[in-house]
Amino acid sequence: MAKKLRTRKHAVVLNRSVGGDVGITVFLSIMGVFMFLPMLYVLMQAVKPLDELWMFPPRFYVVNPTLKNFRDLFSLMSDSWVPFSRYIFNTVFISISGTFGSLLFCSMAAYALAKIRFPGRDFMFNIIVKSLMFTSTVGAIASFIIMSLLGWVDTYYAIIIPAFAFNLGLYLMKQFMESNVTDDILESARLDGATEFYTFWVIAMPMVKPAWLTLIIYSFNGLWNAGASIYIQSEQLKTLNYAISQITAGGIARAGASAAATVIMMAVPIIVFVVSQSNIIETMGTSGMKD
Amino acid sequence: MSKKNVVSAEQHAVSRKDMTKAQWTWHEIKRNKVAYLMVAPFMILFLMFTVVPVIMSILLSFTSFNMLQWPKFIFLDNYIRLFLDDDIFILAIKNTLIFAAVTGPTSYFMSLFIAWFINELSPRVRAVVTLIFYAPSISGSVYLIWGTLFSDDAYGWVNGFLLNLGIIDNPVLWFHDKRYVMGLCIIVALWTSLGTAFLSFIAGLQGIPKSYYEAAAVDGIRNRWQELWYVTLPTMKPQLMFGAVLAITGSFGFGGVVTALAGFPSVEYAAWTITHHLEDYGGQRWEVGYASAIAVVLFAMMMGANLLIHRMLAKVGQ
Repeated sequence: MAKKLRTRKHAVVLNRSVGGDVGITVFLSIMGVFMFLPMLYVLMQAVKPLDELWMFPPRFYVVNPTLKNFRDLFSLMSDSWVPFSRYIFNTVFISISGTFGSLLFCSMAAYALAKIRFPGRDFMFNIIVKSLMFTSTVGAIASFIIMSLLGWVDTYYAIIIPAFAFNLGLYLMKQFMESNVTDDILESARLDGATEFYTFWVIAMPMVKPAWLTLIIYSFNGLWNAGASIYIQSEQLKTLNYAISQITAGGIARAGASAAATVIMMAVPIIVFVVSQSNIIETMGTSGMKD
Repeated sequence: MSKKNVVSAEQHAVSRKDMTKAQWTWHEIKRNKVAYLMVAPFMILFLMFTVVPVIMSILLSFTSFNMLQWPKFIFLDNYIRLFLDDDIFILAIKNTLIFAAVTGPTSYFMSLFIAWFINELSPRVRAVVTLIFYAPSISGSVYLIWGTLFSDDAYGWVNGFLLNLGIIDNPVLWFHDKRYVMGLCIIVALWTSLGTAFLSFIAGLQGIPKSYYEAAAVDGIRNRWQELWYVTLPTMKPQLMFGAVLAITGSFGFGGVVTALAGFPSVEYAAWTITHHLEDYGGQRWEVGYASAIAVVLFAMMMGANLLIHRMLAKVGQ
């Protein structure tokens, strides 16, 4: 080759011009700032003392950081007529039970759809894929009617039970199982007389750890961030996110407390993602759709 | 897939040739009872809360129904009223199409190009950069901070900044000004849009073997753009399809961000989408038949866009 090969850390780099590298770095930096600044501003607002929140002209960064907003948040919480611990309990209870159920239901169905060949299988999976193409708002009114008929309006069931049939979770799980659980190992287990439930739980599940971790995280995040719902009217059954949106609705006087609440709410999904990033990316490796 | 399953079918004593198609199917159903048992819990709930509601919406859209009296069949009246008599609905369609046409492709290409660019960083840097781009999409209601940044009064950071520089004399109403509300909501939507599709693209890029690129270089690929078109995109086509589904669904279902930041309804319906119209008639006026017709229109738009884009993506790299 006549052209001199570029190297990066002693490895040859193909087809990468210096100009392109510079352009990309600039683009990524600008986008990164756009993405990061609002997040940083929330953190700043959360630790600003009152006089800095009310300053004119407003300043982006904080000079005398304080934890007073977090203390205010807890005193605001103790004033609410439903004990604040109830909102926390609701969100934790909904998140954990919904996640547990979706893990069980989705992985079991994913195993059957990926690894057993039976009439109707492709048809079922096809509808599930199609269901990713529209949002649940489309069926919201009809769902409300169904919930009323079941007598589930204003109960935990209305939130938890539909979450068990988590279509995206099942989809990711099925795709991952298809490429990561080999048929040979299942066949030999079957020949040894293992039941399908045994091969599913004891053989397949340990092989798809990244997939079920991802399912747990997605399901948990969705439920954790659940706000007001048309199915829930009683204050005692409402979620943490709803309670916090009420604090935020208190306007500028509560700007600090509301920023503190936002920081607490977002810390959970972000920490979970940081810890499990490599597993999620591994799962996404098989997320592709074949036509 | 099918090859391996043929083996297990052959192990079975009964041969397929001896049976009609229906008999064979019935035989297979009985043999795989346990598979149906395993999909049943999911499928029952999925049907009840996803499939049946859509079918019910379609049926109810031909009726007049207020949840108290039995639905009355009125055939296409709801649709006629929607398209001929409801100016706000026409506005909602227009806004939804603008939102979808801007945020859908933009978020899709943002996800793709950012994923492509950060793919060249070292693994540790890549993990940090991925988090920076992905965090807004998983942080729940953190987007409300845009309401603080673009607040109506002089304490809003943007207004304060502009007032201080003398660019404006009076605070701008941002989310409550019909000239700005759409644009701002689109920016916020894009800010939260680097989600699952983005991660899927990152994973897809990491999964492409280095040898493909080496082979392509030997074959005469001369720059990164040719590499993208001829090697990268065709190899990660399944991810491109998956990402497109998520981008389209998200961009048509847009509404929650607007309600939270610009109010319900937004000023002069400037950012009123089909989702809002649906909420208004379904959740507040209880005109269930009419609301169902709105839901069906939204459903048709989402499915139509998905199928159209699916066809277009099938041509990538050809």
